[in-house]
Amino acid sequence: MKQKTLRPWLLLSPSLTAVLLILVVPVCFVVVYSFWLRSPIGQDIPAFQFGNYGKFFADFFYPSLLIRTIRVALETVLLCLVMGYIPAYFFYKTESRFKPILMILVMLPFWISFIIRTLSWINILGDSGLINHVLLSIGLIDSPLSMLYNEGAVLMGLLQYLLPFMILNIYVSLDGIDKSLIEAAKNLGCTEWQAFKEITLPLSLPGVSAGCLLVFVLTCGTYLPPMILGGPGNDMIANLVFKRIITTLDWPFGCAISTILLALVGLIVFTYNKYMGINQVFKSLGG
Amino acid sequence: MTKEKDPAFVKYRRIVKRFGNVIAVDDVDIDIPEGSLVSLLGPSGCGKTTLLRMLAGLETPTEGDIFINGKRINDVPIHKRNLGMIFQNYALFPHKTIFDNVAFGLKYRGVSKEEMQERVYKALELVRLPGVENRKPSQLSGGQQQRIALARAIVIEPDVLLMDEPLSALDENLREAMRRELNNLQQEIGVTTIFVTHDQREALSMSDKVIVLKDGIKQQEGTPAEVYNHSANHFVADFLGHPNFLPVIVGEEQDDHMVVQLENGKTFLATPSTQFKRGEKAEIVVRAQKLKMAPRAEFHEDEGMNYLFGKVKDRSYMGGEVSYYVELEDMSTLHIISFVRRIPLERNDEVFIKLNPADCRLIKV
Ligand SMILES: Nc1ncnc2c1ncn2[C@@H]1O[C@H](COP(=O)(O)OP(=O)(O)O)[C@@H](O)[C@H]1O
Ligand SMILES: [Mg+2]
Repeated sequence: MKQKTLRPWLLLSPSLTAVLLILVVPVCFVVVYSFWLRSPIGQDIPAFQFGNYGKFFADFFYPSLLIRTIRVALETVLLCLVMGYIPAYFFYKTESRFKPILMILVMLPFWISFIIRTLSWINILGDSGLINHVLLSIGLIDSPLSMLYNEGAVLMGLLQYLLPFMILNIYVSLDGIDKSLIEAAKNLGCTEWQAFKEITLPLSLPGVSAGCLLVFVLTCGTYLPPMILGGPGNDMIANLVFKRIITTLDWPFGCAISTILLALVGLIVFTYNKYMGINQVFKSLGG
Repeated sequence: MTKEKDPAFVKYRRIVKRFGNVIAVDDVDIDIPEGSLVSLLGPSGCGKTTLLRMLAGLETPTEGDIFINGKRINDVPIHKRNLGMIFQNYALFPHKTIFDNVAFGLKYRGVSKEEMQERVYKALELVRLPGVENRKPSQLSGGQQQRIALARAIVIEPDVLLMDEPLSALDENLREAMRRELNNLQQEIGVTTIFVTHDQREALSMSDKVIVLKDGIKQQEGTPAEVYNHSANHFVADFLGHPNFLPVIVGEEQDDHMVVQLENGKTFLATPSTQFKRGEKAEIVVRAQKLKMAPRAEFHEDEGMNYLFGKVKDRSYMGGEVSYYVELEDMSTLHIISFVRRIPLERNDEVFIKLNPADCRLIKV
């Protein structure tokens, strides 16, 4: 009996070890470091004190970054959802010969460095970028529109980074839907649109749910789009961590911020999973 | 039993369906009387499903017309055709309760809440599964899911009930029981039914009429007895089970019989037919169950019977019956199914086989 319960764990042990080493251990270091003390001359002194956390909540500046991060993440989720469902649905429906090529195009951005992709928005949205260049040369505007260094540009950068994740998650879910269910619905009196509402949409929710969660979590931890495409007021929490650790070399404070972010995102993911999460959706399918 | 009203409630006329280069259905006419159960029978890929799906509106015929109750329905969209369909995999909605599954069609027919409840419960009782309305499909067994699919299809009181190999996913014992139940139910509610199957026993035991198809072409239609006893060609005879074929050359008609010559020169008597000319090549088809066999030692000749001689090559018990393979003198093999004998025949026993000319039908080669 005992051996039986042990077996799966034994089989899992190589991957568990890897997860432990590359995920759990660094996180533990971060948490431990967040309690350390930074001396005035810039030394990190081992300690157990809450000064770094106190500093974070001392005034509204740091928490406001956290709130902005969550807000931007939610906006990104919403944008990705709307803009991701449509192509995913198209891939599910199409019988085009070019479907595999189109699918590869969706994944193509993964093959290009994230930094390059983000920087390239400058060439598109910048003052002398593509859009302004075209608009100026056809005389529609007199001076360049300023489209960079605001939240819109950041969202654009996030969107192009995260959209493929959303599309693929939704597509996989849609692709798993037995097409005869839709035929059955139509046979019983549904129009195409009613069948979509009754069958396709609810059955694609696991993918939607997973996609939303993934996009949310990834947005919370990203710093490149705000750094490259955002203005001074568009920093997100990960930018703060980056600055504290890389620029001011204040490791204990940087780790404290990371820990706070980790705790908050963890809490949100936990709650989400509990009430509308992936497990719940699968259960509702009776799987 | 079967109501005799409009001789053809459902009509397929000169239906052709092509998928690219594949001809799935080739110039098929079908008439389905109201209230009857008609089977589409044939091997996999012969176009049965396609024929059914065209009636349901899930495929569009390339050529030809389909009528229900005299009305051409080619251009009626799927959701406006009042047809109950049972899919091969049942296609129950996994995210809806059994109640919502069964009520689905009623919801889109604007039925009131009270009437909906009443009809759903009645349908669940009809398929003998009351009390499962709050469960999800995955919480039911395969046989139960099948009944729910049936309930969902009949609750809307469809003009025609369409079933695509509804029993093929069930295990053998359940299938037999379900077959009878389907039959009883169909007669109880009297709904015109089209039943697709590749299982000839299913088709023969359930149907008022069987339509045999091959490569999208209709081979024969008729009552189960007609297609079984008077198979139109080699394919139909073969597909309906346990045939023996003897190649012959047609001779003259003589006292209610057709005289034919076997390949070994022997003269045989077969049932008369006007379709054959003297000297023409043909085949005698005779079912394995119609052959009588006894040990060679007991041989005695009755007037007007056909005889063959051979040696038992193989024997297998099938419960109450035994299946024998007998090698004839010309090395060809006959399949014989007979009741278990008091003294069983063993392998290599010399036997004689008696064929009643009335069971020896001639078909074209
Ligand atoms: N959607 C389709 N696209 C291309 N070929 C098809 C399609 N549906 C059926 N066919 C072809 O049509 C023929 C008949 O198929 P089907 O009606 O499913 O046969 P059955 O139900 O008798 O097994 C087969 O050769 C099959 O490959
Ligand atoms: Mg089929």
